[in-house]
Amino acid sequence: MATDDTALRLLPTRFSRVSIGLVVAVGVLVPFVVSGDFWMTVLVSAGIFAMGAVGLNVLTGFTGQVSLGHAFFLGCGAYTAAYLGAARGWPLPLWLLAAGVIGGVIGGIVGPFALRLKGNYLVVVTLGLVFIGIHIFENWDRVTGGTNGTSTSQAELSLGFTDFRSFSIPGKDFSELQGLYYLVWILAGLFVLVSANIVRSRPGRALQAVRDRDVAAEVVGISLPRYKIGAFVISSSMAAMAGAMLGVQQQFVGPTSWNIFLSIQYVAIIIVGGVGMVSGAVLGALFLGPLPEIVEKYSDKLPFLYEVKGEGGIVSIAAFNEMLFGALLIVFLLFEPRGLAALWLRAKARFRTARSTP
Amino acid sequence: MDKFLNLLVAGTALGSIYALVALGFVVVFKSTGTINFAHGGFVLLGAYLTYNYSVTWDLPFIVAMLMAMATMAILAVILERLVLRKLVGQPAFTVIMVTLGLLILIQQVQQSIWSTEVLLDDPWGTDQWELGGVVITQVRFFTVLFAAIVVLGFFLFFRFSAWGVAMRAAAIDQEAALAQGISVARVFAISWAIAGVVAVVAGVMLGADSASVNSTLSFSALRAFPAMILGGLDSPLGAIVGGVVIGVTEVMTTGYIEPNAEWLGQGFHSVMPFVVMIAILVLKPTGLFGSRAVERV
Repeated sequence: MATDDTALRLLPTRFSRVSIGLVVAVGVLVPFVVSGDFWMTVLVSAGIFAMGAVGLNVLTGFTGQVSLGHAFFLGCGAYTAAYLGAARGWPLPLWLLAAGVIGGVIGGIVGPFALRLKGNYLVVVTLGLVFIGIHIFENWDRVTGGTNGTSTSQAELSLGFTDFRSFSIPGKDFSELQGLYYLVWILAGLFVLVSANIVRSRPGRALQAVRDRDVAAEVVGISLPRYKIGAFVISSSMAAMAGAMLGVQQQFVGPTSWNIFLSIQYVAIIIVGGVGMVSGAVLGALFLGPLPEIVEKYSDKLPFLYEVKGEGGIVSIAAFNEMLFGALLIVFLLFEPRGLAALWLRAKARFRTARSTP
Repeated sequence: MDKFLNLLVAGTALGSIYALVALGFVVVFKSTGTINFAHGGFVLLGAYLTYNYSVTWDLPFIVAMLMAMATMAILAVILERLVLRKLVGQPAFTVIMVTLGLLILIQQVQQSIWSTEVLLDDPWGTDQWELGGVVITQVRFFTVLFAAIVVLGFFLFFRFSAWGVAMRAAAIDQEAALAQGISVARVFAISWAIAGVVAVVAGVMLGADSASVNSTLSFSALRAFPAMILGGLDSPLGAIVGGVVIGVTEVMTTGYIEPNAEWLGQGFHSVMPFVVMIAILVLKPTGLFGSRAVERV
């Protein structure tokens, strides 16, 4: 069954078509079953993480360029949503697209640096980008509101025929969070489709060749500038759109949220999910994205956690959450570098061998 | 002219701190080939451990610092043995991400043990000397002095001790070093231990410079990256020169650029090192003293 062209098809087998259909159906039906604000919030933030992680995966997973600058691009998007969407009152498709364009343009400016640098150096430069970004966000008062931040609660969320803030179909009205859930996951789905199409086509193979052996890639005629910068543009454009949605979800954008920890969180998501696999980025986002909120909700069940110092317990909830990210990052890199997605591949391989041995 | 000299003194003091932090990064990079982000955490823990021994336990300051150095050296070796050793031969990406994970863990452990910012109670005194219009505070004097002692010790060790020679050999060619009977594993351990020791001095000085020991020290330590890049990732001498150049640049920015260019925003001096770093990386990626990797594309 597994012929050579399976890698070229979006959904190669009947099994994959059925399972994708099931996942989409479950995704559409979730708001009919889940109405509690807590779980809706969790799913919305997971969706935003998925958008950004799919973007980072194009750069890090496919092209092998390690970036710690993701937080900066997310920030650019969030401020675009605040400035164009909330302050200027642009409609949803326009400010979202503007965020993507701005992210892409800045990514295109940063991209050439990546051409000269690789590995260690690129990590350091993109880290510098985060520091410079926070400085700009803190000081460009007119657009960013300076250290006080700026509000996004006025941002338009309607799409002509429907408003995601008060979304309804005949017989059912959805809450604002449920509307946001649909919007965010539709976008995440689009990103998944875009990056799955990139990876199975010629540019995708070029990117992977750059990742695996850049010298050899150049020799067979792949233009390194074109593909490295291209990967940067796509990745940062997706990041900026994710940032725009994050800004809208939080209703407020402040300068210090776009720090190196946020970048590390995204890197952790794609590593835990499975680097270089589109499904990995989504899995990682579903697993790691909501973790802080879930830990906080169930913190009273965990005796070693405290919310206010002096209540007993050893570590605060916030500290424990960051520790979890650090620990999961280390544990996965040491023991399962291919991430959660690999667990599935491994199970499949075992099933195959069990079936083929009589 | 007085203004310039005063800024030069302040810049040199700040620069020697950056040099110390960068030295820690370089030692590990030179022997193991990875940037150890956890070093930012070492700097942070080093400062808090010194505080713990000197203020909480009320020991003499020098004793406290030596104990902190011993603790950090042991901790660094344990981390290397338990985590980093398992990653030998893995791509740089994997190792960097693991050290970032360690950085986050160390930061949160520090937050859980000491949740507030603390003061080291000025063990170096608060006096200042004046030399023809140039003010030298005791803190700055001791910062430069400590840095000079550490750097001198480091170079003597590298140049003359058997382990220093072994480390240089392993840095040039690990396989050849192994064939000569050098334990590369021990070289790794020693370079991490040195990084831990240097981090304590850097942490204490950074704490003195920013007036308190607090949880942002590990990020301040990451500001030493530009120094390391300027000097070249694998050159200890480069780390020192780069550190001083970046420190002076940062302070000169405060003195001369910021008052004349308000549009750059408040606190521009703190991102100036990164601006310089990006310029260097574009013009001369190997830095001033770094060795050049041969590659033709």
